[in-house]
Amino acid sequence: MIALIDYGAGNLTSVRKALTALGANFATPARPEECPRFSALIVPGVGNFASTAALVGPWRDAIAETVRRGTPLFGICLGMQWLFEGSDEAPDVPGLGVLEGRVTRLRGDAEAGLKIPHVGWNALKFRGPTPRGADLSGPRSRMLAGLDDGAHVYFTHSYAAPITEACVAATTHGDTFASVVERGNVFGVQFHPEKSSDAGLQIIRNFLEVTRTLPAAATRAEAEC
Amino acid sequence: MLTKRIIACMDVRDGQVVKGVQFQQLRHAGDPAELAQRYNVEGIDEVVVLDITATLESRQALAKTISAVAHRIFLPLTVGGGIRKEGDAAAAVDAGADKVSLNTAALNNPTLISTLARRYGSQAVIVAIDAKRRGNGFAVYVRSGTSDAARDAVEWAREAESRGAGEILLTSMDRDGTRSGFDCDMTAAVANAVNIPVIASGGAGDLDHFYDVFTHGRADAALAASIFHYDDTSVSELKKYLNGRNIPVRM
Repeated sequence: MIALIDYGAGNLTSVRKALTALGANFATPARPEECPRFSALIVPGVGNFASTAALVGPWRDAIAETVRRGTPLFGICLGMQWLFEGSDEAPDVPGLGVLEGRVTRLRGDAEAGLKIPHVGWNALKFRGPTPRGADLSGPRSRMLAGLDDGAHVYFTHSYAAPITEACVAATTHGDTFASVVERGNVFGVQFHPEKSSDAGLQIIRNFLEVTRTLPAAATRAEAEC
Repeated sequence: MLTKRIIACMDVRDGQVVKGVQFQQLRHAGDPAELAQRYNVEGIDEVVVLDITATLESRQALAKTISAVAHRIFLPLTVGGGIRKEGDAAAAVDAGADKVSLNTAALNNPTLISTLARRYGSQAVIVAIDAKRRGNGFAVYVRSGTSDAARDAVEWAREAESRGAGEILLTSMDRDGTRSGFDCDMTAAVANAVNIPVIASGGAGDLDHFYDVFTHGRADAALAASIFHYDDTSVSELKKYLNGRNIPVRM
């Protein structure tokens, strides 16, 4: 069972619909203490980083503890930004901090027609070891399995995460930013996979596959539920 | 690189897609969910559902239509027509809309733009502007194009942006349904005046009309209805054409 964290940042209808279409079992935990019972966590979110303030405190602690135990975590859009240390959009609100770096505002370039917010379909440029990358010595990106380098996905955001070692795909809109991050069992996408047609569904499917292939976490969840 | 979006619009009345010429003479074009699915397969980037009657009864039917469309496609879905207050927008969002498009209500009550932008984020709020050429300017009309709003499209687009709109959907009433091409001058005038994306609408009839509005018209997205509905032009054919002319599109 996957926990879909609802902290009031935007509408979860689309994410629920995509998970349902892909056959995922999921629920929305009412209290933070329930988090460790789940086999995976999804933190969605649309809007201002300030709305993640609702997670500060018990939710943040419970999610951090659950992730420390190896449970997969998937942040979508604002949920991905929250994985970092914080954001210039709401400097006083701490992120989860499982990934290093801070989220900053995209600069855009009105003269060149690069408007902010960055709205629309843009390309994922794979970085480092990928399913098709030249370097096969490192870990392969599980989130990008089955996707082509250059695949287009749907973005709508004004702030973005920096390129760090966790970045497995980057996107350029004036600035180049991390559009897919992956480290251990922590995953994040800046775009909306639930709005990105086949490419987006493939990424959600990849995350579900990760949760299925972690028998220890899944078994523990069954036992405690 | 951010691609130019191709958006299919479905004008819906009583649960069926219809399309008129210059806002009149409606004819039927099929089931919205089926059409949306066909567009998805062909590679459409986004879908808009416009409730063109927007009576109380049709709004209840609209929720069913939105839900049916939202369950068939995993693409951004915008709903417009008859959204007059926060509750109407909430009903559309709850039914599966990602964005709402405000027209008459935004002019009558501009604070609705900021109210919805605060609740759902600017990315969820589109201000739709229907305009006609008048002298050197572009006159805004409301109530499905029947009433002169006594505003200029460029100035109103700027205000909508400042109030929190995330995109402008600009329809040329002179060109709507005529298939004579988008009004590129009007589109460029608005696109140059705001920093949010502008969706051009009204007049699509041929492949090169899209090329023109993305270049000369400086549009970020182009919306069409009838040319896609009746199989005259498929979305995939349009995208191949644009790609061949170096317009970035999602293939």
